[in-house]
Amino acid sequence: MANGSNTFITIVRRDLLIAFRNRYELVNPLMFFIMVIVLFPLAIGSDKAMLQPLTAAMIWVTALLASTLSLETIFRSDFEDGSIEQFTLANYPLVALVMAKILAHWLITGLPLIIVALLVGVFLSLSNAALICLLLTLVLGTPILSLIGAIGVALTIGLRGGMLLSLLILPLYMPVLIFAMLAMNNASDGLSIAAELYFLGGILVLALTLAPIATAAALRIRLS
Amino acid sequence: MWFALLCFVTGLYGGLVMAPADYQQGESFRIIYIHVPSAWMSLFVYMVIAVNSAILLIWRVKISEIIARSSAALGASFTFLALATGSIWGKPMWGTWWVWDARLTSELILLFLYLGYIALQSAFEDRRVAARAGAILALVGVVNIPIIKYSVEWWSTLHQPATISKIGAPSIHIEMLIPLLIMTIAFMCYFFSVLLVRCRSEILEYENNTAWVKDVLATGENVA
Repeated sequence: MANGSNTFITIVRRDLLIAFRNRYELVNPLMFFIMVIVLFPLAIGSDKAMLQPLTAAMIWVTALLASTLSLETIFRSDFEDGSIEQFTLANYPLVALVMAKILAHWLITGLPLIIVALLVGVFLSLSNAALICLLLTLVLGTPILSLIGAIGVALTIGLRGGMLLSLLILPLYMPVLIFAMLAMNNASDGLSIAAELYFLGGILVLALTLAPIATAAALRIRLS
Repeated sequence: MWFALLCFVTGLYGGLVMAPADYQQGESFRIIYIHVPSAWMSLFVYMVIAVNSAILLIWRVKISEIIARSSAALGASFTFLALATGSIWGKPMWGTWWVWDARLTSELILLFLYLGYIALQSAFEDRRVAARAGAILALVGVVNIPIIKYSVEWWSTLHQPATISKIGAPSIHIEMLIPLLIMTIAFMCYFFSVLLVRCRSEILEYENNTAWVKDVLATGENVA
């Protein structure tokens, strides 16, 4: 087997390649995101004064839902064709492989989501300060969603029903949503958002260190 | 001998449960005697699950698996009880069934965590896999509970500075405190007695192919 960093990069590249060969899977979560965003003005009404204070909340909640729906793709095909079993047998730490899978998944789903969310923010007339804040919170927040979500996916993979996955991970997502919304509110009031960003960063570091371990353990249990 | 001990403990605790239930005093605040102990128990039971999950994952002790599984439904009921009594109490005191107060919200999230845990357990066919998958979820939850709790608290204090002051923190009178403590002991005893009953039936079900279980069932000895 090739040395460590090569293996890592190979896995990431392989997943990206697979994703780009199935483009519709790439686009689906984004379409979902945009459509749900469209539902809000339809439900609330087109009154700008009503919509504006809700914009940040709409974007974040919808991003949360979209990333929950796209989570399952992290491990599903690998689980179905047995690659995951090969990973656990490989002469290479499973934690690092899991990390590579999560990184690839974030690049496929998280990154496009950030770009689309910014566009949506522009169309919903967020202020510049709020847009920058949205960008920062999403950059810090979406990797956390992928990391925590990976644990849930590893636990529920191969079970029927995606409902269970959302049930498991949405409570764990709440701190991310709370800090992101605090930051967004501060930004729209023109206050400093440093504290909230530090908290998001702290949660990200915590998730980065612990989530792959938990995910790897969960995968081993599922395959045992 | 194991069964004799179980029955002894169950009976003793059962007796203790009966005693303070008659307590009569005061006005609508009396619900505190249900509300506070069940809120405490909801956290305590989660810790029981988490500790047993850690034991299960590290040392593979089978009884931990049974204890964790049996505790989950009890913990969820305590959490629900705390929420239900809280909102019944809140109606006359605060004039509303529900406020988005930090403690209420984090208790609600705890309920979701319990329900997710139970849902995950019931999704697996194989008990052992279910128990270990649940154990990982419980431990992830433990890491998250402080984060969720504090994030919710900051969220609430920043957004609702005028939150109704809870109980006003008048240092509770000793005459009220003692029954409260007795009630807490009663809840504890109730939890452990029901837990043992549940564990016993779990064990019987688990070992239903062994000779001693058939023996016990045939003689009807010590079967609740």
